[in-house]
Amino acid sequence: MPAFPLLTTKAFGLTMGRLCYQLIEDHGDMDGVALVGLQPRGILLARRLRKELQRIIGREVLEYGELDITFHRDDFRHRAIPPAPSITQLDFSLDGRKVVLVDDVLFTGRTIRAGLDALLAFGRPASVQLLVLIDRRFSRELPIQAEYVGKWVDSIGDQRVTVEWKETDGADQVVLHSAERDGRDSTSFAQGTSADR
Amino acid sequence: MSPVPHSEQLSAEHLLGIKGLSVEDIELIFRTADGFKEVLNRPIKKVPSLRDITIANLFFESSTRTRVSFELAEKRLSADVVNFSSSGSSVSKGETLVDTVNNILAMKVDMVVMRHPDPGAAVFLSRHVEARIVNAGDGTHEHPTQALLDAYSIRQKMGKVKGVKVLIVGDVLHSRVALSNIFCLQKLGAEVMLCGPSTLMPRHIESLGVIVEPDMDKALRWCDVANMLRIQLERQGGDGVANFPSLREYAMRYGLDLERYKNIGKEVVIMHPGPINRGVEVTSQVADHANSIILDQVENGVAIRMAVLYLLAARIPRTTV
Repeated sequence: MPAFPLLTTKAFGLTMGRLCYQLIEDHGDMDGVALVGLQPRGILLARRLRKELQRIIGREVLEYGELDITFHRDDFRHRAIPPAPSITQLDFSLDGRKVVLVDDVLFTGRTIRAGLDALLAFGRPASVQLLVLIDRRFSRELPIQAEYVGKWVDSIGDQRVTVEWKETDGADQVVLHSAERDGRDSTSFAQGTSADR
Repeated sequence: MSPVPHSEQLSAEHLLGIKGLSVEDIELIFRTADGFKEVLNRPIKKVPSLRDITIANLFFESSTRTRVSFELAEKRLSADVVNFSSSGSSVSKGETLVDTVNNILAMKVDMVVMRHPDPGAAVFLSRHVEARIVNAGDGTHEHPTQALLDAYSIRQKMGKVKGVKVLIVGDVLHSRVALSNIFCLQKLGAEVMLCGPSTLMPRHIESLGVIVEPDMDKALRWCDVANMLRIQLERQGGDGVANFPSLREYAMRYGLDLERYKNIGKEVVIMHPGPINRGVEVTSQVADHANSIILDQVENGVAIRMAVLYLLAARIPRTTV
């Protein structure tokens, strides 16, 4: 499977920095803002953002949570094997908070829909914004868009985008994988991977 | 822990007993229950997973805890629920079990949670009807969700189940909780000891690999966890012969009061599957002691039952229109 780098390690760092400054531009010192990462892959981005924001602002940053959306997915019983849940850690009420939802790749929008559903179990936020590192536009199945985007990617159906992290994969980078035209049927793509489902 | 979740499914289509589960199944149920336990601590304790599933709760025998626990679990998964209890139903008119259940299934029910006084009722039903069966207790045979929540509660309190010494006290003969607990704890690597009047100890029970210790004080010194079974007053003396002379004598020999508990000399964890006969199996001071996890068992019961229903529902084929 040929792989094409969308963000190399250096560009990755710059993009992360820009996302942080965009957040600060809109929210000042982030008072009343809750950063919520979506399990399983969005939390890696959310953790990194939190650390970076802390460094820039120079103090303990904002409310931070990690949300698992497994039980809110709309494809339960549509896949052969049910996805196993991850840990949710959100020990404060979202009532009246400005929530920034964080995920690594925005693709069909279904994960975010489930995320919004799950969020509402924790109170009524004043507003919800979406931050993603990669936005695969033209692939949306629901009317959902991101407020903050690291990079837009125009990709076709059977390509895959993976975000790799220093902590878990060895290096910070984003890679586009193209499927070989022959051999692979389009259904194998429909299964997706954690990175771009 | 890897941030990418693994996907797995149960090896069984029904939950008929612990005997039919693998160790991996039990661990999967526990991991899934961890997720639901967190859901149950949210301000809104409900997820939409089972919104297209209908579940019938068939209780041919009285129950409070288990029925409420199952019903809450079902509702918190957004399933549609119908309840049925045998009193005031067609069962008293002589309808057979299979007919009763098939009539209910004709109203498009996907899963059946059943409690029945006859051992093997759940297995029998699973062979004759088209629905997923969850055994909520069949006579003196098995009570799998109780064993799962007991082991889960031990895991939560002790941090593990493997190697933990669990003492089961009392009416082992009539107890489906005891049998399911023995299977479940042994699969997870715990050591099991039984203690109780020899009249309430099934013959050849040692062949299951458990230790039988008639001396209650010795047994208590051995164990880390003591599970005090309920004396099943409704099942005593079925053959016209009492299994023990009096409740008072049972309480003196096998009951746990505060004095006896203090004399053990270590912090034994107290469990009871409920309903408690206060003053018989345990006194109030022991039931409400800091080392008692009786109410944690009840709390964990909902999460465990949600996990079981969720994992079984995942295996129901979707009807495509």
